[in-house]
Amino acid sequence: MATYQNIFTQVQLRGEPEAGIALPPGSEPRIGKGSFSYLIGLIGNAQLGPIYLGWTGVFALIFGFFAIEIIGLNMLASVNWDPIQFVRMLPWLSLEPPAPKYGFTPFVPLAEGGWWIMAGFCLTTSILLWWVRTYTRARALGMGTHVAWAFASAIWLYLTLGFIRPLFMGSWSEAVPFGIFPHLDWTAAFSIRYGNLFYNPFHAFSIAFLYGSTLLFAMHGATILAVGRYGGEREIEQITDRGTASERAALFWRWTMGFNATMESIHRWAWWFAVLTTLTGGIGILLTGTVVDNWYLWAQQHGYAALYPDTGVIDPATLGSSAQ
Amino acid sequence: MKRTIAIAALATAALTLTGCELGPKQSVQNGHRGTGMDTVTLKKVALAKDEVPAPPYDPPSTEGPRAGAAYQNVQVLGDVSEEQFTYTMAAITAWVAPEQGCNYCHNPENMASDEVYTKVVARKMLQMTRNINTKWDKHVGTTGVTCWTCHRGNAIPANYWALPEPGKKGIIGNLHGQNAPIAATAYSSLPNASLAMYLSGDAKSDKSIRVVSDGMHPTAANKLTTMETEPQYALMMHLSQSLGVNCTYCHNAQAFKPWNISTPQRATAWYGLRMVRDVNGQYISPLKDAFPAHRKGPMGDPFKVSCATCHQGKAKPMGGYKMAKDYPALWGAPASSTPVAVPATEPAVPAAAAVSIATH
Repeated sequence: MATYQNIFTQVQLRGEPEAGIALPPGSEPRIGKGSFSYLIGLIGNAQLGPIYLGWTGVFALIFGFFAIEIIGLNMLASVNWDPIQFVRMLPWLSLEPPAPKYGFTPFVPLAEGGWWIMAGFCLTTSILLWWVRTYTRARALGMGTHVAWAFASAIWLYLTLGFIRPLFMGSWSEAVPFGIFPHLDWTAAFSIRYGNLFYNPFHAFSIAFLYGSTLLFAMHGATILAVGRYGGEREIEQITDRGTASERAALFWRWTMGFNATMESIHRWAWWFAVLTTLTGGIGILLTGTVVDNWYLWAQQHGYAALYPDTGVIDPATLGSSAQ
Repeated sequence: MKRTIAIAALATAALTLTGCELGPKQSVQNGHRGTGMDTVTLKKVALAKDEVPAPPYDPPSTEGPRAGAAYQNVQVLGDVSEEQFTYTMAAITAWVAPEQGCNYCHNPENMASDEVYTKVVARKMLQMTRNINTKWDKHVGTTGVTCWTCHRGNAIPANYWALPEPGKKGIIGNLHGQNAPIAATAYSSLPNASLAMYLSGDAKSDKSIRVVSDGMHPTAANKLTTMETEPQYALMMHLSQSLGVNCTYCHNAQAFKPWNISTPQRATAWYGLRMVRDVNGQYISPLKDAFPAHRKGPMGDPFKVSCATCHQGKAKPMGGYKMAKDYPALWGAPASSTPVAVPATEPAVPAAAAVSIATH
């Protein structure tokens, strides 16, 4: 009978919690001594902590808490502080950016978008502090800073949507509201207003990289799990030997499609696809309304919007008949 | 046994993914292949017959003395025959006030009196009906409308709207006119008062529905923001919801703006939106002083019409059933206040069609 062994981690270690390497001079102390959890061990390393928070971590959490608090309390206030309505209506509730009449001024009455600016400021501060943390922690461990730069790519898209593009457009009202359905409605309205975002080539790149990321993730994840019975998760120590999980994984793809990534390059593929998703996405957002106002017409001009047969329907407003 | 469980689990998952709607569907292609322009409806909805009341009795002659000469204070229907007048009154009673009867509008002691406010309203509504049937053929075609198209046996049609209260100050209990699921915006978080922004019929306050730019690059001609696009999106959701269709019934989703890839229904809808403005501006709003307070919205304006008022979930009200053909009195000149035998000022097509049918 076939068995599938890889839903949960099969082996959990117990002993003295591993403290890791000594921290460089000037570091804050780590919090906690480390403990073990069986459930956490099923999906990852069973050891929890110690954690290095540092001042960037502490302030990131504080500003993040402020942001969530401002957004949540505004939503709760909008349903008259009724917790039942808050839960019931949560997907519809929102904290909206300032109206068009305020332009891009930072001085907006709190109830008319000022809270949105405050929440955005706190959230951005929190995210940027967390970015610094991913950078300094990597440096402290003598690692490369790939995680920080990948995170920076996501921050670029976030900042473009909420700050950089509204700055160029000179209006907060171009920014995205905080809210579940409201941000989706914003997305659709954005595409309607600017003539179908589908024809924005950078949107297309972003989608290609997004879908490519999921494909690469599925291929890589499946490959490593499939050679788990040969210890495939121990990639590096097998890389030069015959008959190992690593060689089988490589052969599988070379026999299947003629080409195989290496144990190292597959991660570069994944990193670039993920990073380019938000990098190109942010470029596409930034060009919309600033450089291109109607992406359908742009795509026609550049010959990549499909031409469908003319239906012969004429804009009644141009007939001038009744002007009814 | 395990195999059975596996098959059952797979079947359950498949059903869940399809949204559990098991009823047979009807799919109609209404655009070029590959554009996703299909209207998919549940057969039980698509083929359902709306209730349409039969005429009160066989339509009588359009000949003979005019109602305006036979009765006093007949300001709109004075140009129809006396028999047609009585017949139309009987039909209107069944359409609008089947339980209350004639006295819903008339003082039984003096049928000519305008003392009951509903009679003043009904007169305006008759003018409106004639206006729609004779001037708005680009929307209603030769089908026309009757009181039943909206009223369906209710004194007040089921679907109406009124101007919203001005926005609250502060954040407490303030949803900013949106983020509250209502039918008019298809239960989205879009602005709830979009009808008031576009369809009030007041030329000074109604905004242009168009949001997409004519040119490729930004110009001063279109400074509309994404935020200001949301009410227009809400209005389109209202159309979609009211007609029981999706965007592609009118639009090629490739680009909503160009007319030459849209369907003919979009032009029909364009006239429909102007018709709604005409109805609200010329016939409903002027009744402000006639209506009592409990028949007005929070801002003291009368209940107005939208697409849903007539359509009620159907692309064509009552599936396109040509009900109005049996009521030639509803096809006369809208502004007629004196008995005129044959209205001379109206477009030929609908009136001629109605008359020819009515003589059968």
